[in-house]
Amino acid sequence: MTSSDAKAAARASVSRLPASKQFIIVASRLWAWAFLGLMIVFFVVAVPAVGGATFFTVRNSQNILVAITPVLLLGLGQTLVIISAGIDLSVGWVMSLASVLSALAIRSAFNAGIPLFPSVVIGFLAAVAGAGLVGLINGTIIAKLKVPAFIVTLGSSFIVRGVALLMSENTTVIGLPDGIRDYGNESLFYLVRGEGGGFYFFERPELSGEMLRQLDRILPYPVLVTAVVVAIAIFILRKTQFGRHTYAIGGNLQAALRTGIPVDSHIIKLYMLSSITAGIAGFLSTLRFTAGSAVIGDALLLSSIAAVIIGGVSLFGGAGTIMGTVIGSLIIAVLTTGLVMLNVQAFWQFIVVGVVVIVAVLIDQSRDLIVGRHGPGQGS
Amino acid sequence: MTDPVLSIRGLTKRFGGLTAVNNVSWDVYPGEVVALLGDNGAGKSTLIKCVSGVYTADEGEIYFQGRRSHFARPIDARRVGIETIYQDLALANNLDVPANIFLGREAKKSYFGGLIKTLDEKFMLREAHAGLDALDIRFPSLSQPIDSLSGGQRQAVAIARAVYWDARLMIMDEPTNNLGVPEQRKVQELIRKLRDQGVPVILITHTLPDVFAVSDRILVMHRGRKVTEKKTADTNSEELVRYMVGALDDTVNPVDV
Ligand SMILES: Nc1ncnc2c1ncn2[C@@H]1O[C@H](COP(=O)(O)OP(=O)(O)O)[C@@H](O)[C@H]1O
Ligand SMILES: [Mg+2]
Repeated sequence: MTSSDAKAAARASVSRLPASKQFIIVASRLWAWAFLGLMIVFFVVAVPAVGGATFFTVRNSQNILVAITPVLLLGLGQTLVIISAGIDLSVGWVMSLASVLSALAIRSAFNAGIPLFPSVVIGFLAAVAGAGLVGLINGTIIAKLKVPAFIVTLGSSFIVRGVALLMSENTTVIGLPDGIRDYGNESLFYLVRGEGGGFYFFERPELSGEMLRQLDRILPYPVLVTAVVVAIAIFILRKTQFGRHTYAIGGNLQAALRTGIPVDSHIIKLYMLSSITAGIAGFLSTLRFTAGSAVIGDALLLSSIAAVIIGGVSLFGGAGTIMGTVIGSLIIAVLTTGLVMLNVQAFWQFIVVGVVVIVAVLIDQSRDLIVGRHGPGQGS
Repeated sequence: MTDPVLSIRGLTKRFGGLTAVNNVSWDVYPGEVVALLGDNGAGKSTLIKCVSGVYTADEGEIYFQGRRSHFARPIDARRVGIETIYQDLALANNLDVPANIFLGREAKKSYFGGLIKTLDEKFMLREAHAGLDALDIRFPSLSQPIDSLSGGQRQAVAIARAVYWDARLMIMDEPTNNLGVPEQRKVQELIRKLRDQGVPVILITHTLPDVFAVSDRILVMHRGRKVTEKKTADTNSEELVRYMVGALDDTVNPVDV
């Protein structure tokens, strides 16, 4: 038998691998979940030990969910793009642009006498259309003019940032109708703890004074919207031809071209999707803060890429899942929240996240060395 | 003999001053394996790329199944059933066997009157099984990324894909390159199976064992020209090598020498 035959036989199926290698495959697939679980256990024990509040509360869990919505939304589009072996560096600034656009649209619509809800819808459409346009331009230049995605989206980041600052006249867009606050902050369920409390659906109970502090919002609207987008993204990637082609393009571009996959239009759609999820993040931030901000997404690009990488998406393309990115986002949010509650200073948070990113890649690489880059540990 | 599947008449392809294919005429008949033999640079790949729509010939005609054909793009050639398997196989190593067999032509299920379409994985798996069975190809599992398959097994996937999509003419460019000996045998077996099913195969190669193992006829090229066309049974390695290096030449054309 030649050495290539031996290697092929060894890789032919998981069940034929020795137990130690099988363990590595399973562990590398589950490490992110395990890490998340261990981290939560650690904070549950450690936070009270340093005199902090209880870590695992309803309120805290909801706060973490709200905190991850922007990172996760940016990460969703990024996941699709990176699976296709591209990258979108513009998402943070597209989010800012969308925040400004939706704030301006809501304000003008409402001031023109349009009722609150339709005004919010107009704001949503403005955010999605503006963001989608950026994605269309990014994707077209990448697909048709064959300029590397890194360069195109780097360049458009600056342009988008400039446009956002210009449109917001260098300041926060305020003067939005008061009712906006409810869309961005209210929730599907309410829990009032303690005496006279209870569980409420959709309608926020009238409370005052002390009781107000006993109120927990469960599944705030931005979290719900994000959950819906996550579900759609999972569906697209796992169940549709579009998802299959995304993996194929990232796995072998030449094969995709030769088998007649419409690669150019597919790439354009991917960058549009990436921009649009960033646009939704911008829209939600406008609702949440009742204001549009041209700098809201500044710090989010790197966090979103970190979430994607921790979640196991291969930067070489061809492999990764949406659930991975969800876990990656959760890990970053739990880590940051927990460290804050432990009174750990901000610079340590950055250092810890950085270490986790590098360790995540090391784990993926060691798995790849053992079972091949697309071995049984990964999949759609 | 019956009518040829493929007829090439006076085909010429130039790259600038270089004539890569020089006035080649050639017929391929149903149910035969023809080896296209020649040293590196002889013009084999260029000739085949004219047939498969990668290049447009400068002169000459191509008839496929009796009809004059112009293939502007590879997809045009594939539509009429000319499947070319290049060395890189055009497979996505991160996807499983059914996904590769249906790559770019995925089967879908419709919901809500076609508003939402999902991949029909069950159908594709079933069809992949059937397609592989028809060629006696067996894998332990079809649902792993083909990255975990050997080179020969991947070659088999590419062949099964072409057959599944109703190839009328299979062109294989150096299919046994980079394969171990047992794997080479398997690919040769597959080529014979294709012929038995009536699919003619053009086998591009510069290795003689392949030629004698599977081919019925041989066409030898040297510096862009067809120097001979022989039945495999009527020749031997020694003679073929002399044709390949230009020591023998059936065409009497002193201008070209
Ligand atoms: N795209 C091209 N541009 C210029 N010259 C080419 C091109 N493709 C092939 N050639 C030349 O044409 C000749 C025949 O090449 P090719 O058909 O690849 O030979 P073979 O497949 O028999 O090795 C060689 O001299 C090669 O350098
Ligand atoms: Mg060649």
